[in-house]
Amino acid sequence: MTSTLSLAAVSLVCLLTLVVGALGLRLSRATSDFYVAGRTVSPRLNASAIGGEYLSAASFLGVAGLIYDFGVDQLWLPVGYTLGYLVLLVMVAAPMRRSGAYTLPDFAEARLQSRRIRLLASVLVVSIGWLYLLPQFHAASLVLRTVAGVPPWVGGTIVAVVVTVAVGAGGMRSITFVQALQYWIKLTALAVPAGILLAVWWRLGHPEPVVSDAWRLALTPRDTGDHPAYRTYSVLLALCLGTMGLPHVLVRYYTNPDGVGARRTTVNVLLLLGMFYVLPPVYGVLGRVFLPDPPGSGVDSIVLRLPGLVVGGVRADVLTAVLAGGAFAALLSTASGVAMSVTGVLDQSVMRPWLQRITGGDAGVGGGFRLAAIAAVAVPYAVSWLTEPLSLATMVGLAFTIAASTFAPLLILGVWWRRLSRRGAAAGLTVGAVTATGSIGAALVLGSPSGWLGALLANPAAWTVPLATVVAVVVSLATPGSVPAGTTRLLVRLHTPEGVDVRRSRPTD
Amino acid sequence: MRSFDVPTAIVVAGAFLLILLAGWLQRRLRRRGFISAVDHATYETLHRASLAGRHLTEGLTPEAGTKAGKHLLALLGARALAISDTGEVVSWVGPGEQHRRSTMALIAPTLTSGRTAVADYRVVHCSDPNCLIEAAVSAPLVSDERVIGAITAYTDHASAGLARATEEVAQWFSAQLELAEVGRDRSRMMEAELRALRAQISPHFIYNSLAAIASFVRTDPDRARELLLEFADFTRYALRRGGAFTTLQEELRNVERYLVLEQARFGERLQVSLLVAPEVLPVKVPYLVIQPLVENAVRHGLATKEGIGHVVITATDRGHDAQIGIEDDGVGNDPERIRDVLDNAHASDSIGLGNVDARLRQVYGDEYGLVVETAPGAGTKVSFRVPKFAPAVHDAD
Repeated sequence: MTSTLSLAAVSLVCLLTLVVGALGLRLSRATSDFYVAGRTVSPRLNASAIGGEYLSAASFLGVAGLIYDFGVDQLWLPVGYTLGYLVLLVMVAAPMRRSGAYTLPDFAEARLQSRRIRLLASVLVVSIGWLYLLPQFHAASLVLRTVAGVPPWVGGTIVAVVVTVAVGAGGMRSITFVQALQYWIKLTALAVPAGILLAVWWRLGHPEPVVSDAWRLALTPRDTGDHPAYRTYSVLLALCLGTMGLPHVLVRYYTNPDGVGARRTTVNVLLLLGMFYVLPPVYGVLGRVFLPDPPGSGVDSIVLRLPGLVVGGVRADVLTAVLAGGAFAALLSTASGVAMSVTGVLDQSVMRPWLQRITGGDAGVGGGFRLAAIAAVAVPYAVSWLTEPLSLATMVGLAFTIAASTFAPLLILGVWWRRLSRRGAAAGLTVGAVTATGSIGAALVLGSPSGWLGALLANPAAWTVPLATVVAVVVSLATPGSVPAGTTRLLVRLHTPEGVDVRRSRPTD
Repeated sequence: MRSFDVPTAIVVAGAFLLILLAGWLQRRLRRRGFISAVDHATYETLHRASLAGRHLTEGLTPEAGTKAGKHLLALLGARALAISDTGEVVSWVGPGEQHRRSTMALIAPTLTSGRTAVADYRVVHCSDPNCLIEAAVSAPLVSDERVIGAITAYTDHASAGLARATEEVAQWFSAQLELAEVGRDRSRMMEAELRALRAQISPHFIYNSLAAIASFVRTDPDRARELLLEFADFTRYALRRGGAFTTLQEELRNVERYLVLEQARFGERLQVSLLVAPEVLPVKVPYLVIQPLVENAVRHGLATKEGIGHVVITATDRGHDAQIGIEDDGVGNDPERIRDVLDNAHASDSIGLGNVDARLRQVYGDEYGLVVETAPGAGTKVSFRVPKFAPAVHDAD
């Protein structure tokens, strides 16, 4: 019974994703009225779309799982996921929009006027995107295994196929309206069961969770040699600065008509994310109440198991189905958003030049794009077969760490510092990428050694981000010759509101 | 944050190592593709020359001269190199810069005669005992049969070989400067062409609009006034000065003004529908790029046809590009004729297509030209793509 209802919910979400994606524009925008056709996306709608794309399975299942497992220290995770937009709002949202760049490599090229740095940024976008897609496949397997007992490969395969079709069929996934809808689906799917479960818990005499001190108190080490304070701040830094380097987040800002729109959108995003992130802790704490002993592995599935533990029978089945559907919506929207960005980069910097070389420029545009879409999904899908699933939020954290160590210094220095040189930017990107991936890789290979070494390797953001920034600054200062010409003019444009005509100081007519 | 496992680690680390390795190998292979010493020397010389040539695309500036000079110095095997124009030493590469002051006097004969000159220790002397410069070879830089400067190689003793080599390098350098000049001419020409191409309002449209407005002046003065204001707005937009780019939103607003005027003429016979993705409204497009196509659809598609005509304007999001389409269900056209129109942007009465096609290709490159699908009696569909981000667009702004 559980499986039937849940499978129906998951299929419905997959089908809706494809159908609404294909019809979305026609449904919402066919008109003969220029006033309607010429209306840009409002900040509120765009914010919902960003929320829809940003809130992944890691937020939906992983954060609840981590809070359930490790306790209050993990409350910083939702805070970090949200704070990233505050940094984005203050530091880069409006200037980035004014730069006219669509993707991160675009910004790198516009700011530094270098094809090489563009290439470097493209490689990073693809790596971060793939790393971000990986946990989505694992989450899909987890959801379907938990609710329907199917073999682990089914869930990942379904997501891979749906995402490839949706993206390959011409980028229909980027429709703002559809993504905005996804946010509200996720919020409802998480909020309604949470409300019901809370009500049941209250009726049962609201028992308190039985937990250890390490769970209940902040920054208490679980075992010796653990450095919870360092780890927490490092994760927080990665999340705060990593958001701006996620490839699928910044492309949404292009939809805003101007810098002010970009800022308004970000404020709305903060609001929507704040609303959403109240919920995962609720599941984490309720999990501790009704299932006091964590089951060793698979804490990520606590959200899906909770209804069965709290209420029984059909009601539990319905709630589980709603949650499973919501989790799949989260998976699909994030995965398609990221896959779309990776596809775009692959198409532009690999497929098009390659097709042009082998066909002499006769190839259609669509072919390369579809090939790129397949590559964008197939690679992380294949890797997901080879790897054991880590905790979902941890894997997403890795993507954030790399983004924070590479793109955050590039964007912040690029927007705010005139003397950033090409060599400086390239050195910063390279150092950030190498140290972040290197230390995470080392932590994985060494099986996360205890003590400071383990903490520094597993949560490197606290030292890789400053290191990358310092390298970028020092190298820039050492190579003033490679500061691109026209930097000042560009920065003036980035920081001047659109209404102001810089070329003419007198007011325009 | 603790449950790491080894297979993931190996795969992630392995993937990055592979990427790095592949990049490194490719560079290495590209660099070490030759075998014999002669091959190596040839390669080394050509490589130096191409490295130096890269810096000369902007012409002879102090920075370019210094950068290119480094490679030329290595090529000649001299101690120092001076690159001068007819007035002063532009760049000095290598040690012994105290000789810079006397360089202009040294090359004066070369500048007047246009011949290569060798100066030995009697001319090139130095009070510094550590200075190894005791001879110099000066060769002229010639452009348009005019001496425009000189290259002077300073060395410890002048040889015939060095004289020949310096002469060759100077000739090569002159050729590069001429190429740079040609390049600058070409971009100036392209700018001029772009300026000539933009903003051509069709005269037919002006006559027709004014005639249509005139017909309302007595029967419906309010409408006539409104139409005149639309006409004023339209012409202000079309004749404005300033940036060559606008947003798709602005461009659509102007199409609306245009269609209001056309509807005054055609009335209910002209039906317009729109399917515009809001995501692409902020995309920058060359300005007046859609209106001529709509005008074309109205003129060639509907005006000669009986009954109601439909025009469909679409703008869809294609990831990195926006795709814009204008479709009519009019009488269509012969594909051969359209091909002619697109091939001769200027010599055609169909102002729309050729002009827009030329501008799109000019700005975004050849793969971004117009795509026209048509056949007699089957209507016409004109579509094109615009990249959401193109460096040229934002630099020009």
